[in-house]
Amino acid sequence: MSIVPISYYLVLSAILFGLGIVAFVFKRNIITIFMAIELMLNAVNLAFVAFARAHNQLDGLVFVFFVIVVAAAESAVGLAIIITLYQNRQTLNIERINLLKF
Amino acid sequence: MFILDHLWIIIALPLLGAAINGLLGKNFSKPIVNSVGIGSIALAFLSFAELVREFTQLPAEQIPWVKTYFTWITAGQFKVDFSLQVDQLTIIMLGVVTFVSLLVHIYSTGYMAHEEGYYRFFSYLNLFVFFMLTLVLAANVVLMFVGWEGVGLCSYLLVGFWFLKQSAISAGKKAFITTRIGDFGFTIGILLLFWTFKSVDFGTIFKQLIGAQPDALISTSVLTTICLLLFVGAVGKSAQLPLYVWLPDAMEGPTPVSALIHAATMVTAGVYMVARMNPLFSRAPIAMFVVALIGALTAFYAATIGLVQTDIKKVLAYSTVSQLGYMFLGLGVGAYASGVFHLMTHAFFKGLLFLSAGSVIHAMGGDQEMPHMGGLRTKIPITFWCMFIATFAIAGIPGFAGFFSKDEILEAARASNPFLWALGLIGAGFTSFYMFRLIFLTFFGEPRYDEHKVHVHESPYNMTVPLIFLAILSTVGGWAAAPHLVGGTDYFEKFLHPVFAMYAPAGVEGPPEAVEAPGTMLFHALTGWPVIIALAGLLIAWWFYIKSPQTPKKLAESLRGPYTLVLHKYYVDELYNAVIIQPLLWISTNVLWHVVDEGVIDGTVNGVARVSRDTGSELREIQSGNARSYATWVVIGAVGVTVLMLGLWGMVR
Repeated sequence: MSIVPISYYLVLSAILFGLGIVAFVFKRNIITIFMAIELMLNAVNLAFVAFARAHNQLDGLVFVFFVIVVAAAESAVGLAIIITLYQNRQTLNIERINLLKF
Repeated sequence: MFILDHLWIIIALPLLGAAINGLLGKNFSKPIVNSVGIGSIALAFLSFAELVREFTQLPAEQIPWVKTYFTWITAGQFKVDFSLQVDQLTIIMLGVVTFVSLLVHIYSTGYMAHEEGYYRFFSYLNLFVFFMLTLVLAANVVLMFVGWEGVGLCSYLLVGFWFLKQSAISAGKKAFITTRIGDFGFTIGILLLFWTFKSVDFGTIFKQLIGAQPDALISTSVLTTICLLLFVGAVGKSAQLPLYVWLPDAMEGPTPVSALIHAATMVTAGVYMVARMNPLFSRAPIAMFVVALIGALTAFYAATIGLVQTDIKKVLAYSTVSQLGYMFLGLGVGAYASGVFHLMTHAFFKGLLFLSAGSVIHAMGGDQEMPHMGGLRTKIPITFWCMFIATFAIAGIPGFAGFFSKDEILEAARASNPFLWALGLIGAGFTSFYMFRLIFLTFFGEPRYDEHKVHVHESPYNMTVPLIFLAILSTVGGWAAAPHLVGGTDYFEKFLHPVFAMYAPAGVEGPPEAVEAPGTMLFHALTGWPVIIALAGLLIAWWFYIKSPQTPKKLAESLRGPYTLVLHKYYVDELYNAVIIQPLLWISTNVLWHVVDEGVIDGTVNGVARVSRDTGSELREIQSGNARSYATWVVIGAVGVTVLMLGLWGMVR
């Protein structure tokens, strides 16, 4: 069984992260932006796991669990906020949610 | 020895009076204000009397008596004590100041009775006396300067006493600013004095002069510079050419103020200062000549203006300028005692003239124009007789105070320089003429006022009694120095002799003693030029204003050019306005205001504000409130950092 080189994982991680950024910056729907954030988090997770495997250390795995837990909590809170926001403003377009803008 | 040890009491009393009246007087009734104002001065006068008694018992070697109370300023070598001193000159000045101011205070209770701000007037007047006494008693130049500036302040406050009147405000400012020009010279003189002698104490400075070689450290040129600078201060304060312009305008103030400040005391501060500095001036012949020349020119020049003035107080104002010129002439030719003597007699008769003029104005209901008066002799007899005596005194009619003092000065001037003597002599003739002109226009002839409108009445007793006191002094005051002229000892000069002899330059043993035989002196004095010319002035005035009243008008028409010139005071105010004030105003407006203030100062401040605001409004765009644009910046930053890291890593490798 041949070992997949670490660079493959890192390239995949970078691509996923880049997609996440692009989606975050250019999408207007809050849900999509939220998904973009999840995508970036998981891209980082992938890099952590790859490094942990390559170096044979558990530190990276520990980080990944932390990230997953925090991301889960964040999703819960974030989705709750989004629902409330929608109830109040009847929109998910981020450019129309600008009450605090100068 | 009580007062000698506690000299501060004399100056503290008027200050206390000023503080009480000034701070609390608003709610006081008039009797309380009066008793505080007059009481403080009366107590100061009594302290002065006690001082004289103690002073006469003082051994000669303890004079000048200096009393140091505390150190006021120390900075390296520069040390100023709060120290007061008494010598014969101080005694004379103290006597004049306390006595005349006491009379003026009493007079003011009548003259100012119906004025607003009664307590304020008395507070200022007391404050003035405080500063004047400080000036006179000071034992060093810096403390003297404090008094010097203080009387200037009080002069400003009192000239502008009726501060709702535009002309009074302008006159006050003019008085203050013009004297400030002189004070600029005075200040530099004080600094140069300290730089040369490393001290500001009179005694310490004068002691260094004794035995000093002319070409030593203290050279004649330095002394001359110091003396000229100090004299610039005196020129401003004592209203000499070319800074005399403020004094006639200062007549906008209440008449008691004119009498006290602008005739008897403050304007003589310059004379006092030069007399006090006599050891310096005696060693600077050029400065002495300048003093004498300015004095003689002023005496003559101001007298010519006085010839044609119609405002009763303006005549007296120019007369004061002229008489101060005589004092400086006396000092300048080395007759210090005569100059100070004229200061004293002038304080009496000019104070009296102003107070009488005030009484006339009071009687006329505020009108100061002599052409509106006439025939007041029988209506206000006390005022008339007092003013008549004062006129005799100032004109130099034998027997009255001014005769002795002016004659002494002219004698000394003749011995020194015929040109100065001639100027002084012609000025004396003019003095006699304009003073009798004033008397004849005011008190003689037919009344020219509307008798139904103007109710002429004699002034109350609190105004006439001071007049009588001063009239007595104007008559007998001159006899203190009189025996000199009839061949005896000049008591006044003898009294002052130590002050001017103590530090006199080697070879000059004070003023020379009279050498002529008694008989010739008497003959000489009575038939001398001053008397002839004074009587001529009297006769011409009588001819012009009693005998044939058309003559002045005809003369004025035939001499239209010179008459107009003198009537407009030689256009000096206009000249100063054109040469100094307008350019100053132009520079202030167009350069200092519109360029420096608006352009540079406001420009800098506003520029800083504008740059901040513009930068802020540009940078504000970044903080859009749009989360995604923030994210973009974060990404750009992250990319930048990564690139940088990779680049650095690449370089290291």
